[in-house]
Amino acid sequence: MRRAVVGAAGVLALALLWEGYKLLAPDDGVVVGDVTVLPRANDVAMPHLWDMVARAFEPVSSATGAPPLWLAVLQASAFTLGVAAVGWVVGVVVGLLVATVMQRFRTAASALLPWVVLSQTVPLIALAPLVRRWGSQLETGALDWQDWMSVAVIASYLAFFPVSVGALRGFSSPDAVHLDLMRSYGVGWWRTFGRLRAPAAVPYLLPALRLAAANAVVGTVVAEVSIGLRGGVGRMIVEFGASASADPAKQWSPIAGAVLVGLVAAGACALVGLALARYRVSEVS
Amino acid sequence: MRSVDRARILLAPVLLGLLALAAWQAAVVVLELRPFVVPSPTAIAGELVEHADLIATASLATARNAFVGLVVGVLVAVAGAALSSGARLIDEASAPLVTAAAVVPIVALAPVLYTMFGAGAQTARVIVAAIVAFVPVYVNTLRGLRTVAPVHRDLLHVYAATRRQAVVAVTLPGALPFFFTGLRVASSLAVISALVAEYFGGPVDGLGKAITSAVSSSSYALAWAYVVGSVLTGLVFYCATSALERGVLGRRP
Amino acid sequence: MSTTHPPTGPGASAAPAVEARGVSRTFDSRSGEVVALTGVDLTVRAGEFVALIGPSGCGKSTLLRLIADLDQPTAGELTVFGRTPRAARQNQDYGIAFQQAGLLPWRTVRANVELPLELHGTGRAARGARARELLDLVGLAEFAEHHPHQLSGGMQQRVAIARALAESPSLLLMDEPFGALDEMTREHMQTELLRLRAETGAAVVFVTHSIPEAVYLSDRVVVMSARPGRVREIVSVALGDAADRSEDLREDVAFFDRVRAVRESLHGTGNGTGNGTGAGTGTSTGAATGAGRGADAR
Repeated sequence: MRRAVVGAAGVLALALLWEGYKLLAPDDGVVVGDVTVLPRANDVAMPHLWDMVARAFEPVSSATGAPPLWLAVLQASAFTLGVAAVGWVVGVVVGLLVATVMQRFRTAASALLPWVVLSQTVPLIALAPLVRRWGSQLETGALDWQDWMSVAVIASYLAFFPVSVGALRGFSSPDAVHLDLMRSYGVGWWRTFGRLRAPAAVPYLLPALRLAAANAVVGTVVAEVSIGLRGGVGRMIVEFGASASADPAKQWSPIAGAVLVGLVAAGACALVGLALARYRVSEVS
Repeated sequence: MRSVDRARILLAPVLLGLLALAAWQAAVVVLELRPFVVPSPTAIAGELVEHADLIATASLATARNAFVGLVVGVLVAVAGAALSSGARLIDEASAPLVTAAAVVPIVALAPVLYTMFGAGAQTARVIVAAIVAFVPVYVNTLRGLRTVAPVHRDLLHVYAATRRQAVVAVTLPGALPFFFTGLRVASSLAVISALVAEYFGGPVDGLGKAITSAVSSSSYALAWAYVVGSVLTGLVFYCATSALERGVLGRRP
Repeated sequence: MSTTHPPTGPGASAAPAVEARGVSRTFDSRSGEVVALTGVDLTVRAGEFVALIGPSGCGKSTLLRLIADLDQPTAGELTVFGRTPRAARQNQDYGIAFQQAGLLPWRTVRANVELPLELHGTGRAARGARARELLDLVGLAEFAEHHPHQLSGGMQQRVAIARALAESPSLLLMDEPFGALDEMTREHMQTELLRLRAETGAAVVFVTHSIPEAVYLSDRVVVMSARPGRVREIVSVALGDAADRSEDLREDVAFFDRVRAVRESLHGTGNGTGNGTGAGTGTSTGAATGAGRGADAR
């Protein structure tokens, strides 16, 4: 209870900081040399918070029958969340498979692990623009490659890493005494995996799943922008940002939408954690 | 026995990498894949050599933003973690914001940051990198500052050590490995986010901009060569922080 | 080599090392109040070696933590050299060693031994000299620049004991310091501890699970019982001074005799296992509460 109140006060403090800065700071910010060190405080750069809220309840555009902005943002957020979810599921499945193979075969582990780690230390998300053309020109038999699939591929690529590393650590976490016990029962690798390694991995897996979800959301938003996929909240941010000088409060709604997508994804992972509660004796991250 | 293990650890990944490259090259040649799907490794290598100077310039521009952002983010994170570990109120008030920052796509802020700090300046990219780098360093350092073994706490109590002495003798050295774990994650994230922020606008330098412009002029092999540049930039950051970590923690278990 | 320091302060030499009168400690838990320790009366004279023994949950570690001012009693009076435990701690009247060595992993062996001296403002040169002296004493001089993880468990424990002795305390508090060691190392360490104690003349309060260890080391053994934790009986060992004890003692009839006395006290007297020796051989029912009443150790 106390935490909730203090936490809310923290969020409120951020809002007050925003309005307070806007009230006190010069419109063009503080410029040292050529560099703006403190942001511009005019209505274009930093609209009032209430203007952002008010804008959300006005129609998206001047076209007749345009839905209110909040509804359009909500739809875009749902779309982004859907693509991110597909990317997350694919990433989790691939991550678990890779981890299982690495656990089963030591040579596979030493061959793959450096590449798995490398894949995350390098910004391969830079590939996103290159995946763009796949959508329009790639056709493989019955499967018609869609743009959203490219976005999901990038999201899954970002999601797979924490899962594979976390799962490998988890699968390898049982004590030697437990493994010896299973051996003494004459149980094979698969049943040892099912009865011992998989449940033991849960405390390692849950934080990995959370991280994977956050990565999938970031990947989706970024890939929407760089691939140019319409319908999602990432594209909306850039579109509304382009018209910011005329309608500065508008772009804040899709940003709030992106925040919402991230929070919903984290919430969904918390639900997974609840479902697996009995395996989470001690969570490791 | 040991040499077998060493061979496995060193050789296996190299062999796998070479195998993958060979398969890639073969696929491009045999299946006659067109460059927009994937160009061949040799074509990419050719561009890499031919436009080495361009790629280096773009990499430096992105690396500079990532570095400044990383430094700012790490400094703020360490100061924040120190404050939060000392004052429960600050910790609790900032908890929802930090939790949100961890799950929210920070790059989404890039367009408004460009408006706030000017679209012609690098500031927005630096800030995006700084916020993204802040989160893992803050979270890990705070955890480290809180993780004091009960036996060490008892010991310092028995010695009637002052709060300051306890912090210097036990808390800070104990928190260092946690800090470096955060830093290693942050260094990779800083490069990625500085690059990605370029997709959202701002001046026309850096790897992200170079990749998009190469793609739009259908120079796919060149775009891939820029991707290799970003890979190398990321590696430099990762290796630098790892080396720093080893230098500082070197003699620890 | 001034290793024996009499306690400082007015009249301190006359005061016992530890004096407990009706000391109790209760903890609040979700399922109600837990009585960890109740009505403990105990006096440890200056220079005396007293072992606390008893089953898990008898409060022997709690009692040690109360003496060390790591915890406060909920009732009763407790003094250390005539002062409150808090004043004694601030005056650094005692050294302490835990079951875990508790060395700082990022410091060398030498720097670990120097830690208390450093915290209390001893100069660098004096620190270094004292650390060398102590590491010599525990036989680890050549490991001074090693890090703790390069040492075996027994060696780490010796470093912890050197650290506890760093400021020449007149009281040593030890909480199962040899609990995690193998039997061979353990016996070796016990003999080492006897030697150290003979050299320093410090009083020792020593918590242990092991009956032979308690008998081998102590002047008196305090037998405790669990639920609630209390002193059942205090057994006088009287096997001679620390300096006179050696490995031979372990095979001495008198030693076995005292071991049996402590064992019978632990398991509750009068169950007919002994052949009558337990009653008369130096067993004195101290100021403890009713011996053998109900509270069986098991």
